[in-house]
Amino acid sequence: MMSQAFFARHAGKLVLGIPILWIILFMLVPYGVLLTYSFWLKKYPLFVPAFQFGNYWTLLSDPQYIKVLLRTLKIAALVSAASLLLAYPFAYYLVFRLKNTTMRLILFMAVIAPLWISYLLRAYVWKTILGTEGILNSFLMSIGMIDEPSGIFLYNQFAMVLTLTYIFIPFMVMPIYTALEKIPPSFSEASADLGMSDFQTFLKVTLPLSMPGVVAGFTMTFCLSFGDFIAPFLVGGPDGQMVANVMASQFGSALNWPLGSALAVVMLIIVLSIISLSDWFEQSGKVEL
Amino acid sequence: MSNAALNHSTVPRKLRRSRAARARLAADSGFVVIISIVMAFLYVPIAILVIFSFNDNRSLTWPPSGFTLNWYEKLFNNDQLLVAIGNSFYVAGCSTALTLLVGVPAAMALHRYRFPGKTVFRRLLLLPIALPGIVTGISMLNMFKMFGFNLSLETVIVGHATALLAVVVTQVFARLQRLPKSLAEASSDLGANPFQTFIHVTLPNIRTALLGAGLLSFVLSFDEIPVTFFLTGRDNTLPMYIYSTMRRGVTPEINAVGTLIVFTSLILITISVVFTARDWTGRK
Repeated sequence: MMSQAFFARHAGKLVLGIPILWIILFMLVPYGVLLTYSFWLKKYPLFVPAFQFGNYWTLLSDPQYIKVLLRTLKIAALVSAASLLLAYPFAYYLVFRLKNTTMRLILFMAVIAPLWISYLLRAYVWKTILGTEGILNSFLMSIGMIDEPSGIFLYNQFAMVLTLTYIFIPFMVMPIYTALEKIPPSFSEASADLGMSDFQTFLKVTLPLSMPGVVAGFTMTFCLSFGDFIAPFLVGGPDGQMVANVMASQFGSALNWPLGSALAVVMLIIVLSIISLSDWFEQSGKVEL
Repeated sequence: MSNAALNHSTVPRKLRRSRAARARLAADSGFVVIISIVMAFLYVPIAILVIFSFNDNRSLTWPPSGFTLNWYEKLFNNDQLLVAIGNSFYVAGCSTALTLLVGVPAAMALHRYRFPGKTVFRRLLLLPIALPGIVTGISMLNMFKMFGFNLSLETVIVGHATALLAVVVTQVFARLQRLPKSLAEASSDLGANPFQTFIHVTLPNIRTALLGAGLLSFVLSFDEIPVTFFLTGRDNTLPMYIYSTMRRGVTPEINAVGTLIVFTSLILITISVVFTARDWTGRK
């Protein structure tokens, strides 16, 4: 067959060429355009080509942008910390304590499964639970704990941390589980033979060896919640706007694409720095098993 | 406890063992509490979503007041919603096909070849896993506008394929790494060219990974908002339609759509588990 001969001769080029072409066309070119736009000027109702740092200067000098950025960093850090606190013991139990492999598979799948269930709905359901006329309020009233609906649950940073943790926790469980699973059981047996307690073994053997998983999980949950704009929109309220919301509004009602692009470049740089940092951390702490 | 060996004479063996057993039991019940908290945290909200899709009251308050299928009936008479579902199938189908078409060669290149710039190549390919969708969405929006393309479902497809490429690459790459090298070597020793080796040896061995990756990217694309938000023209996908209804407030219709989505997802997860369970049990 001719086409087969063609494929055979050019297999190497195709295998490498297709993805490289895709990366150039749909990643490098868009990022380049994004960067270009971030230097442009807004002259209502148009955006005019220019090379000036006015947009970046606005981001630095207008305190509202710094405030939103710091808030976003804080929320992303809280979400990652909360996910870690729940995910680590969960994964640890599955790998080291649970002897029943079917049960282990079921529990692991049960944590991953929500990733398949609409992300939008997972944010929405917390709005229906936490709202003033929501399920939590009416439940607390029906059991007599409160007399009238309370507005303290929804539209604040707590609601956001809760919702984002709910959405992104699978991304913490997966890498930690994989890292723990790679540790040979003989290590903890050896540690026990040397007279270490379970807890000492955990601190001196298991935890250090699982750090790459923790770092990977932290990186993913941090970056993903850092860039989220749906959950803040649904449960965040006026005090819960994050960088991505400000960014989206520049492409919507505020209609200032150059400023929005500058913000996107800042976000891209932050995410890239976090990924590089976590890569470096992973490389430096690597132990060959 | 580090001198447990020395304790042999002083503490009776049975007692030591029971003390350790008790500590283990305490730790295990602590773990069970955490497992239960995580499971409740993950599944009570989903249960609430499902329960209230059958509630015969417009307001979502506890306790549910009665059973109705009213909200489901409304869904099936909602033309906009049905169009949105159709659009979502089109987008998810095409973007899955595209990601596989680009992602499988990419995974093979990472697995098989050494070439200059491989680290950068790998970094860029995997970037969208941690990169918030909004950055992909905005940068592609900028590009399409700059080069004069109109936004449509097709621009959404390209956006999704780019955002989901990393998912396919990681899954297929992980499987390729687990394949013994000898398979491909034997094939080329027997005179097969690289293309024949791929079709007759590699492909059958990574079939389940392809299926898993394809299903996952289909579901993720079906569900995608941040990229779609910026790249869609006049047409709505299902999540974009739901999102626009949410702006108007909370309604049981959303719960009904949500319930249908939850059950469809469950079916797809089961399919993927059935297909990958074999690899799972063989792992340890």
